[in-house]
Amino acid sequence: MPDNYFARYLPILIHFSLAALLATAIVLLSWIIGYRRPTRAKLSPYECGMTPVGDARQRFSVKFYLVAMLFILFDVEAVFLYPWAVILRDLKMFGFWEMLVYIGIVLVGFFYIWKKGVLDWGGASTGRGEV
Amino acid sequence: MLHLVLFLIFGAICVAGAVNLLVQRHPINSALSLVAVMASLAVEYLLLGAEFVAAVQVIVYAGAIMVLFVFVIMLLNAGEEARTGGSRVAILFGIPGMLAGSLLVAWVLITHSGTQEVSAGALPGPPREIANLLFHDFLLPFEVTSVLVLIAIMGAVVLAARPESIEQQKREG
Amino acid sequence: MNLTTFIIVSVIKTVIALFVLLTAVAYSVWLERKVVGHIQNRWGPTRVGPFGLLQPLADGAKFLFKEDLIPPHVYKPLYIAAPMLAVMFALTSISVIPIGNVVTIGNIKTPLQITDVNIGLLIVLGITSLGVYGVALAGWSSNSKYSLLGGLRASAQMVSYEISLGLSLVGVLILAGSFSLRAIVDAQAGTFWGFIPRWNIFQGQIIAFFIYLTAAYAETNRVPFDLPEAETELVAGYHTEYSAMKFAMFFMAEYANMITVACLASLLFLGGWHGPLFGPPLLQAILPVFWFGLRVFMFLFIYIWVRGTLPRFRYDQLMAFGWKFLLPMAIANLVITALIVAIRS
Repeated sequence: MPDNYFARYLPILIHFSLAALLATAIVLLSWIIGYRRPTRAKLSPYECGMTPVGDARQRFSVKFYLVAMLFILFDVEAVFLYPWAVILRDLKMFGFWEMLVYIGIVLVGFFYIWKKGVLDWGGASTGRGEV
Repeated sequence: MLHLVLFLIFGAICVAGAVNLLVQRHPINSALSLVAVMASLAVEYLLLGAEFVAAVQVIVYAGAIMVLFVFVIMLLNAGEEARTGGSRVAILFGIPGMLAGSLLVAWVLITHSGTQEVSAGALPGPPREIANLLFHDFLLPFEVTSVLVLIAIMGAVVLAARPESIEQQKREG
Repeated sequence: MNLTTFIIVSVIKTVIALFVLLTAVAYSVWLERKVVGHIQNRWGPTRVGPFGLLQPLADGAKFLFKEDLIPPHVYKPLYIAAPMLAVMFALTSISVIPIGNVVTIGNIKTPLQITDVNIGLLIVLGITSLGVYGVALAGWSSNSKYSLLGGLRASAQMVSYEISLGLSLVGVLILAGSFSLRAIVDAQAGTFWGFIPRWNIFQGQIIAFFIYLTAAYAETNRVPFDLPEAETELVAGYHTEYSAMKFAMFFMAEYANMITVACLASLLFLGGWHGPLFGPPLLQAILPVFWFGLRVFMFLFIYIWVRGTLPRFRYDQLMAFGWKFLLPMAIANLVITALIVAIRS
């Protein structure tokens, strides 16, 4: 049975279900046992003891968006590297060259964003990209 | 047997997630429904024997692309959408169209499935097989992907840097 | 072994694994308080039980009885779901981690692992990448300035360092030729010239090892990369608005992730459970698990040591370090490793 393809993945599903069950149980238990005596001060958003000013949902620097975007792209690059790494021993030098070309082209993009200052965060030196 | 039951359960979760994605009014709920769709799709791939594709589905779609979606919702402070009544055209043509489309697909599948049926796990699924295909037979498409990534990097920078250059122009002009 | 036995064995293994993991989580908190206490010339917990050993139980009970506050300004469904998601993903990634050789109990032969799959490492990476949601949603749904800033910072930091983390593992994959964690450990058996173990760290992956370790510290939001919860500026970061057990759940997730990272570092770079075997058969069966546990303990200790020693990075330094230093280093490491392996084969 454990040599079967399906049987090797079934335990992960079981594990995940049990973990989910545990997480739910903890939250429920805390909700049932814990006492509740809310007051107005307790329920207000934490702001170091001051009266909250304005709404928390403000607009933020576009940098965060850029980071997430670049993350996707480099993640895609990494995803291609994994299968390549596994069979590199069979591909030999041919495999090395084909990946060097691939990494080289992506690195051009990396160099571009570096020079554009996308990787510089805030600070006095650069104030670019702030919205 | 259990295999089939699980396949149907995750298929149902997938469809339910997709429907929920359309019904929800708050963008963050829609985004999270899409995460559920992606994750259950990954399980479906796994059940069909495509291990590597399943892992990549989680890493890239659920773990990277949807993070961007959630980020954008957090950044833009997107609130709840107002519910419109829905256009009459959509109801008049959309629902019959959808029904006709799904009937057509079902008909094609039923009448032609005998010729091209593939059992689960018959196609390349393990990472080594995928890698052998990718780095021998599909080498050119793979290398072209790098150019695509490069273009996307530049596109992201150009898109995000726009307000700044506009402000500069305003200051100069 | 039929399906029912198989499922029962899996459930038993899972329950044991979760129990061990949660105990380890509780006692790493104790260890951290104790060690950081001694570093700062204090005693740490001493009151509850000998050496304060029962402190985790007392803490757990206290968290349960604390007021479970749900402020009216939060987005309730996600506010409750976020800590659950964090804990779920943190506890699940342990499922593919092997802790020792195959053992035979009665007539059931089972590996000391919940399951060994072809894509074990990718599953850990996938689940880690999902871990961002717990943090991001906690920050967003709390609807408080500190939480939102903390959540944003944490998620941007986690995704940035995830790339370096993933790329640092490519060298190991090249050497092992498999994603299966068991196969990666097996590839590190034996020694060079009879005394240097063939661990990946001694096979030229020492730079990758340090990149991995640094990126892993950032992934788990630990000092010196604990900006998301920088108490001097953000109160507590994304869990500012949380109380009682939900608050504790973020810590459970953090420590469970630390343990996963420590396990992975031992498996990928330090030869997993390989070590000298001696003595009677029973001892020989237990020793691999002991060697593995020792490595994991060492990593946890270093985590705490670093926390007691290093100051915190500034946010722009953190991002620059991840993108401008770690990422190029990781790429250079994998290119050099690939070149050497390609020439040799």
